[in-house]
Amino acid sequence: MEFIEIKNCYKIYKNGVTALADGNLTISKGEFVFLIGPTASGKSTLLKLLYREEKPNKGEVHVGNIDISKLRNSKVYKLRRKIGIVFQDFKLLPKLTVYENVAYPLESYGMRSKEIKDFVLKALERVGLKDKYRSYPHELSGGEQQRVCIARAIVNEPKLIICDEPTGNLDPDTSKEIMDVLVKINEELGTTIVMATHDKEIVNRLKKRVITIKNGVIVSDKKKGKYDNEADKNI
Amino acid sequence: MKLIRIFNRSIRDSFKSIFRNFSLSVASISCTVITLILVSLAILATENVTNMTEKIEHDLTMVVFVDSKASTEELKNIENELKAINNIDTITFRSKDEIKNNMSSENEAFKNIMDSWNEDENPLQSTYILKVKNIKEIKETAATIKNIDKVTLVKYGETMVDKMINTFDIIKKCCWVIVLALVLVTIFLITNTIKITIFSRRNEIGIMRLVGTSNSVIKLPYLFEGLLLGAFGSLIPILITIFGYTYFYEAMGGVIFSNLVELTKPSSIIFTTSLALFIIGAVVGMFASLRAVRKYLKI
Repeated sequence: MEFIEIKNCYKIYKNGVTALADGNLTISKGEFVFLIGPTASGKSTLLKLLYREEKPNKGEVHVGNIDISKLRNSKVYKLRRKIGIVFQDFKLLPKLTVYENVAYPLESYGMRSKEIKDFVLKALERVGLKDKYRSYPHELSGGEQQRVCIARAIVNEPKLIICDEPTGNLDPDTSKEIMDVLVKINEELGTTIVMATHDKEIVNRLKKRVITIKNGVIVSDKKKGKYDNEADKNI
Repeated sequence: MKLIRIFNRSIRDSFKSIFRNFSLSVASISCTVITLILVSLAILATENVTNMTEKIEHDLTMVVFVDSKASTEELKNIENELKAINNIDTITFRSKDEIKNNMSSENEAFKNIMDSWNEDENPLQSTYILKVKNIKEIKETAATIKNIDKVTLVKYGETMVDKMINTFDIIKKCCWVIVLALVLVTIFLITNTIKITIFSRRNEIGIMRLVGTSNSVIKLPYLFEGLLLGAFGSLIPILITIFGYTYFYEAMGGVIFSNLVELTKPSSIIFTTSLALFIIGAVVGMFASLRAVRKYLKI
């Protein structure tokens, strides 16, 4: 079985919107996958199915041999400990410092403080923020906050990182820096990365696998793909 | 080890978030302070009323008159039978000679008449003065005593006592209803303020879930935080109870209006009341906070 498998998956929201219709997808370990499509096409829903914020109405979602469509609410944390998530709006805890934000997941797993320190400093070093570990999120720029978010996502050394438009709020230069960090993590640690994005430049420059989704339907899946200009138009 | 670490970190985090969300913490603490002061006043008042009524009830005496012809043997018999009755607390015997001597020493006129009586002619009746344990059964007890041989009369101010028992009962019940109502209001108010405190942090809870924190580990610091807020909130009411009531007691000289109505001694109630306030504060705070968090754990 592949690392990620989505089989005949349907997701219809309560308001009648079909966010995913008969979705089939496999992603193997170590891949870097872009997920593109116009707004409201179902990119975010597909990602949410992967980290079990949403359950499919029909079909199966397997991540690392667990059928997460059957995972109970109170057991979801077991899945989330094995994946890292990077958000467009960072989702940092505003009252905690950079160090505390990155350490938070490990602390809540009950890890020893000394070990936590090693992991956190390693993660912060990887994203180039080691000297800002004492700052609070509001004291950092957008790019720096996003790097803290990435550090938090990789601190428990997950096999999969899910990014939901991580560069959506950032200028082109900062976006490039963030992508460099992510590509480095993918190449050096072999972490699988699934990233939803709107950014043509990034997709065209990196030449990775590109999956296009429109109106909840996966319309194309290309190795070394480019950002198709048609992808931005619904229908 | 792992559990102890999580436990310690939860306590540390709860202190941190109390200080980092200072204004909201102050809001919930002051709400707790105000309501618990009311609860404290109500408990103290109720304790006093209960004590006063019990004291008055306890002071009530029953007088048993014995036939003046009764022999020593028969008197002994009566005393044994009285002792056998469960509801009787103390028995004081006053012989007819004792009463005669008392009366003659009180009044010259009595003395002149009484001195003319000899031993057998004394028409006065020996009495037993009784105190009962349970005033509510006084009627039945009186009836039992009346059936004893040679007992002529049992007096305890029947109609007055009946009314008194009823009134006291109603007052006591009213007081406890007020205390209960205030405790309920306290629970409601504390629950709501803590809910608001946690509502402002629902995003935080969402993020914790997303980074893989289990529900019980998310709940733990909130549980301690609620407990701490409630406990802190009970401190001022406890101080007011201890020092305020002691001061009030001293200032009034231990009585209200006249020496008839004694206040309850501070030492016998302030500590139990304080303990009650602390427990109400801490437990209500804890459960309020747990209930509020549970709502945001369903992401």
